[in-house]
Amino acid sequence: MKIEISNGRLIDPRHGIDRKTSVFIAAGKVAAIGAAPSAWHANRVIDAGGMIVCPGLIDISARLREPGFEYKATLESEMQAAIAGGVTSLACPPDTDPPLDEPGLVEMLKHRARSLNLAHVYPIGALTAGLKGETITEMGELAEAGCIAFSHADAPLADTQVLLRAMQYAATFGYHVWLRPQDAHLSRGGVAHDGEVAMRLGLPAIPACAETIALGTIFALARVTGSRVHLARLSTHEGVACVREAKREGLGVTCDVAINHLHLCDTDIGWFDAHCHLVPPLRGVRDRDALRAGLADGTIDLLCSDHTPVDDDGKQLPFAESEPGATGLELLLPLTLKWAREDRVPLASALARVTADPARVLGVDAGQLAVGAAADICIFDPEQRWTVLPDALKSQGKNTPFLGLELQGKVRYALVGGQIVHEG
Amino acid sequence: MLRTSPNPQLNADGALQHLLTLEGMPAEIIERILDTAVPFVSIAERDVKKVPLLRGKTVFNLFFENSTRTRTTFEIAAKRLSADVINLNVGVSSTNKGETLLDTIDNLVAMNADMFVVRHAQSGAPHLIAQHLSERQRDHIHVINAGDGRHAHPTQGLLDLFTIRHYKHEFSKLTVAVVGDVLHSRVARSLIHGLRTMGVPEVRAIGPQTLLPTAVEKLGVRVFHDMRIGLAGCDVIVMLRLQSERMKGSLLPSAGEFFKHYGLTADKLALAKPDAIVMHPGPMNRGVEIDSAVADGKHSVILPQVTFGIAVRMAVMSMLAGG
Repeated sequence: MKIEISNGRLIDPRHGIDRKTSVFIAAGKVAAIGAAPSAWHANRVIDAGGMIVCPGLIDISARLREPGFEYKATLESEMQAAIAGGVTSLACPPDTDPPLDEPGLVEMLKHRARSLNLAHVYPIGALTAGLKGETITEMGELAEAGCIAFSHADAPLADTQVLLRAMQYAATFGYHVWLRPQDAHLSRGGVAHDGEVAMRLGLPAIPACAETIALGTIFALARVTGSRVHLARLSTHEGVACVREAKREGLGVTCDVAINHLHLCDTDIGWFDAHCHLVPPLRGVRDRDALRAGLADGTIDLLCSDHTPVDDDGKQLPFAESEPGATGLELLLPLTLKWAREDRVPLASALARVTADPARVLGVDAGQLAVGAAADICIFDPEQRWTVLPDALKSQGKNTPFLGLELQGKVRYALVGGQIVHEG
Repeated sequence: MLRTSPNPQLNADGALQHLLTLEGMPAEIIERILDTAVPFVSIAERDVKKVPLLRGKTVFNLFFENSTRTRTTFEIAAKRLSADVINLNVGVSSTNKGETLLDTIDNLVAMNADMFVVRHAQSGAPHLIAQHLSERQRDHIHVINAGDGRHAHPTQGLLDLFTIRHYKHEFSKLTVAVVGDVLHSRVARSLIHGLRTMGVPEVRAIGPQTLLPTAVEKLGVRVFHDMRIGLAGCDVIVMLRLQSERMKGSLLPSAGEFFKHYGLTADKLALAKPDAIVMHPGPMNRGVEIDSAVADGKHSVILPQVTFGIAVRMAVMSMLAGG
């Protein structure tokens, strides 16, 4: 299949390309940019006039809910959501049921994902067996099965000695460790940011220091072990300052923020809106602004959706009893664009945070469109407006604080390995 | 971020649809509730203690958390208004069988309920029910929050306001102290909102750091950790109940030490104004938050609070569902 994408504005942040040009695809790869290769005959021409052509998005945290939570979402539904959102590669956290702590589970997931032939799936292995925080997993076996990193997802890891040893063991073999910085004790039972909103609503709270204390611990252990660490889901302005300082020191850490925390804060909870029950909790305006500034200046390396489909029953409960999380794969692009527009971040820099930067953190050869690269491509209309309604989402999870909001930017085509997998 | 209306308990005309919280409730509505309650106090002193305002209406007392006292006062209030009252201790029935909160509500709606009086251990449960009824276009059904988690207990707040107005006549010159476990107290939150709305110039929150929530001063209160300083010049002292599971642990070392610092004794009471009144939402822990001599003394208005509570609940119910 030879495809020609013509008249589009090509933005490839990795190679600093931002110009109106054509892209030629053959044998699953980018065959040429600009002038057609010799003896070119396209099977299909996509007129991308008025559209932006960029590398397929890479979402480093998307829960596909398999195995174990198929009533909330299935691999099929969520992979459809991914490509509809222009996401051509995604990493999934190990908090499935059972957790991804055995090679067989990882192989099955990879196999199922491959057979759907949609987005590329990179499983993240569990750092400890059953995510119980006691025994480290067979990381070697899991890596062989396809795990690209090891994490504890949102499960508490209270025992610092286990964390030290897990990081030592991972460092021995050069495995990447992803950790969500949140002190297990200070966050116990909490569902909202420790501030005025939680106080007024009478919701059990998680203080900001739960994040900074955990960051301090992780940084100390990273110095001792030399472990490569990625910090998942920063939420506080103090946390951003800690990471900035650690990077200045030369500690090789990377970190991310989720779309919800980039745009929302605790006041959005309103009168107990369970869609705003998220992990980590939405924090204050000052925190949100620091996260936005941190993402712009590169302190925060990348933006992810933290896609977590929850069924209606899980949300139609009193706030603290409701299941945390929000669907996000289909919102990643428009919310990246919204941030770029509002904070006047150049489009190429903003798109880097969902393409080249996550590729760098994942250590995969994706998120770029040089000649010879795999043709994983997202083509979107940056002007098209659409309203976030349940029927507009392919994801089985309709739970998002953005429900009812009009967003700008719609994916028109997604290509994976040179095949058109989505047309919208 | 879009679905939340600014005040879910008021209807489009600004009238009371539900009673969920005192936060954001207009002073005129609070005043009207208190005024409506006045004649109901005297009804209780008559031979025939009934008025027909809610005749033919069905009130469901939905208690997802046990509370004999509060449930009883709502039951009496509804019966004195001639309503039919059904008591459901849901905590020990359907939810244990896996039925969700909203399933329970849908079933009771199908039984033609007119009003739900809801007590729930989780903050926000009555809001969820009210929102659900609105989504189902059941706007003729009213929800009264009878206490949700740490969030709100608006009828308690109203009866406290009624009691204060009864003894002090006006709010605009008062100093009111709220003492003890503010962190876990829905009573404190509702009362503080009510006092601020009614124009009380000085509301004080007194307690150790472990029992005062972060940002409590944003409610418009002055924080005191030393009870002796905090009580100076007070017109009204509201003692909060300390749950027994919180008396020993990481919040407090012991009930005894709490009583030493924050228990209301005669000598501490003497620091307040000579005509100060002492209130407590009940049930009291004598010797923990309040000394018996004070609880039973001449400053105490704790039992009148209970009497007024029925009148205030009658007022709320009649305003919501009395046509």
